[in-house]
Amino acid sequence: MSNFAYLGVLAFCFIGTLWLEIVLRTRVYRRWLRLILSVAPVIVIFVGWDLYAISANHWTFDSSQITGIMAVASLPLDELLFFVVIPCCAILTLEAVRSVRGWTVGDEPTDIGVGDES
Amino acid sequence: MSYTQLAIVGILVVIIVDLWVLRTRLLTRKIFWVSYAIIVFFQLVSNGLLTGFRIVRYNGEVIIGSSTPVDGPPPFIGDGRLVFAPVEDLMFGFALVLLTLSLWVFWGRIGVQRLPVAGPPRFSPGGNRDSESST
Repeated sequence: MSNFAYLGVLAFCFIGTLWLEIVLRTRVYRRWLRLILSVAPVIVIFVGWDLYAISANHWTFDSSQITGIMAVASLPLDELLFFVVIPCCAILTLEAVRSVRGWTVGDEPTDIGVGDES
Repeated sequence: MSYTQLAIVGILVVIIVDLWVLRTRLLTRKIFWVSYAIIVFFQLVSNGLLTGFRIVRYNGEVIIGSSTPVDGPPPFIGDGRLVFAPVEDLMFGFALVLLTLSLWVFWGRIGVQRLPVAGPPRFSPGGNRDSESST
């Protein structure tokens, strides 16, 4: 396997959801500030989990199938990008379902606090 | 803590965040479960590639199943694995996805780029009522 195996899987995820932005008008990448504010805390929390898991030998990476570039301490760049790409895929999926079905997600002006008044 | 224990804690923490901290209550919405059903299918595919090709390898002492073998792929199903990946990865993925979507809805709800909303599709089954390109 090549050093780009892990990146290849991430490319599959990224490109596999990118068309939703165009065809279903998910408008996720266009709302980049909201995207960054949503993904940044996820990156911090899950990179922390990952660094602990690596240090505690929960999992290891095949050095022949990753770029070999380290992002943070013992965290491979490939693994860091996982926490960038996958949350974007998740949000694109949610917005794609909203685009097609029109269901509410809870950020609609008329929907604020529904069932949540205290 | 083992990966199994951490995954259970992670899922519980994120459920608390969705229901009571950010109060996005995605767990009570149909759109979340339909979206998650789509996501988990593709998680099994992409994570199956990562684990089946042993790009990522697991230590059997911290998961329900056994260590990733040194000489071949782990079981496709069984021994605590589903599509090559430890079942703990499903919990890890659920926590990752729910936290992400909860934050996305939270920021929108307080007014950060709530607009422009998603849709309508360029090619909708019932005919395209909005054909102008806005991108």
